[in-house]
Amino acid sequence: MKFLKLLALASVFGLSAVAATASTLDDVKAKGSINCGVSEGLIGFSNPDASNKWSGLDVDICRAVAAAVLGDATKVKYVPLNAKERFTALQSGTIDMLSRNSTWTMSRDTTLGLLFAGTTYYDGQGFLVPKKLNVKSAMELGGASVCTQTGTTTELNLADFFKANKMEYKVVAFEKNEEVLKAYQEGRCDVFTTDQSGLYAERLKFAVPEDHVVLPEIISKEPLGPVVRQGDDQWFSIVKWTYYALITAEELGVNSKNIDEMKTSTNPEIQRLLSVKTKADDGTEADNDFGKGLGLGPDWAYNPIKQVGNYAEIFDRNLAQLKIARGKNALWKDGGLQYAPPIR
Amino acid sequence: MTISSDPGIQKAPAATADGFDFVYSPRFRALVSQTVVVLLLLWGLYEMVANTQANLAKLNKNFGFDFLTNAAGFDLSTTLIPFSSNSSYATALIAGFWNTVLVSVLGMIVSTVMGVFIGIMRLSKNQVVSGFATLFIELVRNIPLLLQLFVWYALVLKPLPSAKLAINFQDSIFISNRGVVMPHPTFGEGAWLAPLFLVAAIFGTWFYARWARQQQFETGRQLPVWSVNSAALVLAPIVGFAVAGWPVTWSYPALAGFNFKGGMTIVPEMAALLLGLSIFYAASTAEIVRSGIMAVSQGQTEASMALGLTRAQALRQVILPQAMRVMIPPMASQLLSLTKDSSLAIAIGFPDLMYASGTVNNQSGKAIEVFTLALLVYLGLSLLTAAFMNWFNARLKLVER
Repeated sequence: MKFLKLLALASVFGLSAVAATASTLDDVKAKGSINCGVSEGLIGFSNPDASNKWSGLDVDICRAVAAAVLGDATKVKYVPLNAKERFTALQSGTIDMLSRNSTWTMSRDTTLGLLFAGTTYYDGQGFLVPKKLNVKSAMELGGASVCTQTGTTTELNLADFFKANKMEYKVVAFEKNEEVLKAYQEGRCDVFTTDQSGLYAERLKFAVPEDHVVLPEIISKEPLGPVVRQGDDQWFSIVKWTYYALITAEELGVNSKNIDEMKTSTNPEIQRLLSVKTKADDGTEADNDFGKGLGLGPDWAYNPIKQVGNYAEIFDRNLAQLKIARGKNALWKDGGLQYAPPIR
Repeated sequence: MTISSDPGIQKAPAATADGFDFVYSPRFRALVSQTVVVLLLLWGLYEMVANTQANLAKLNKNFGFDFLTNAAGFDLSTTLIPFSSNSSYATALIAGFWNTVLVSVLGMIVSTVMGVFIGIMRLSKNQVVSGFATLFIELVRNIPLLLQLFVWYALVLKPLPSAKLAINFQDSIFISNRGVVMPHPTFGEGAWLAPLFLVAAIFGTWFYARWARQQQFETGRQLPVWSVNSAALVLAPIVGFAVAGWPVTWSYPALAGFNFKGGMTIVPEMAALLLGLSIFYAASTAEIVRSGIMAVSQGQTEASMALGLTRAQALRQVILPQAMRVMIPPMASQLLSLTKDSSLAIAIGFPDLMYASGTVNNQSGKAIEVFTLALLVYLGLSLLTAAFMNWFNARLKLVER
């Protein structure tokens, strides 16, 4: 009779396997933490220190989402992924969101079954060459061997750039970023290419950073942002609006230090951002709780801003060391591209 | 309802007239348990497929191979067939496949030849020779292959100069950290005479070997088969070429800007992979060869000596043919592992099938389709190797009457 019991047991498990399609939000709340896919180490974006404490702009996006959902920015489990593994890890559910300097492209949004929740950093692909080659422009790179990481948009832009300019080149692509850097430093190739912010960051790891120059050309648009799976619109909205809350906070002058004073502000935009109850003249109170729409509490924006900071604070904290200016990543009203739809 | 309290099953034995006991009949129990296992297996398979389909549907993805005709958009560092970023994903996978075949076949040949020599060296009476072989085998066999590949890659790259300072042989072969660049032959009219002469030479050597063997049986006179045949095989295509009037033009490599133009290149990644695979598998092959030779009883050597054969003759004519029977089955699995381990190429950036699959998967997002293809190809390659080795094994088997 044992096998019959086994069969009964198995069919129960079978049913539960089919039913286990809870939303990401419920999963995250049950786990008490967010599994966030990050890079294997890119200064300024996601980089672990000696005690395995992660920092960077991408890491801060993970932390902001954790603060919005769980009320605690430290409730993040970082999963380091290389370029080739990242989307599979997200598709298979190993991670809840990917925040790993990944470029938003059409095919990734459509055929990969993923959704980009916004552009947290506007980047573009550049070239790094040793100073001694005496190259001043990317147009002089005909015939060069170029080191890059496989499974990236970089690999594709590279082919496009050389094809468009009718120049020959040889690609040497590796799976792991450290292999790419090693090959470049050992002279296997003349050029190292990746997003320009990455070039500045990786150059810091070299023995003599000044011996390498970043060429002026930017050959592509690389909008980098957090990614979620398709099929869970609520989770998509949570990640997207957490990012918008950080932008809106900067726009309204709300930051981690003044946020508690800002709660008394009479600016209706700030009141809506921070879910401050508004008092009518007759003494009745009205809610301004936009967290409800996301399935979150009223502190959905307060927590990330308080614990992680607004977009400007995040940018300055992480990218100042790379001497990267705000440039295209300034707010729209300052001539940049960072723009958040209104909270209302 | 719990099953144990089901009265139907409890009463079943009593219901049979001849007292057939369903619960304690071994045949019945075996039948039921096997049916259940098969059903569970089928259910598991169904669940796997249904679950995958449901998850793909949730991600708004579909299953299909039509993406293979899309443009790849990326380049590969070295391919045997023409490939550029304009080629399709399918072409990328095929280019990767040929690179896998190239490295595997070359690796098989080099590792087998090296392995046989080192295996015989280890059995040598000369302490220095056997000591060297032992050291080599123990060192190579006990370090992970992946680590060795990294070491070889570093060793291949580190000492080599840049393209501008390449080691130059007669302005035709250049060695640098871009690889070994050699002249590339382009064959003109009449070049087909060379392979024709070679085929003729192969037939000729076969007949000569048969005739020589007959001569030995009849007169006892030994003819120099080995040296004559190898000379014939080498010379025939050259003579064929000479008759046709050397119809070949060479494209010589020349340094232009960053890199060499013209010629053909063996990239450092391939050199490192081939070195790593060959040496690692040569060590295991050497042990198989040693075990094979030691499995042949000492009496065989003594008997050969007594018949007046030299040591080399004894080894070639008496010992090795018998040792082969012991060696072939483990050698087959060696060669299978070598083919599969060639997929470690991805770690050092050689564009083999695994590398191409990984890149195509990443750019197209078709993980299940791409890796199913790769899986089938590796399976096919392995089955092919196994079939060949089985055929070879059957041929060498002792024919018992």
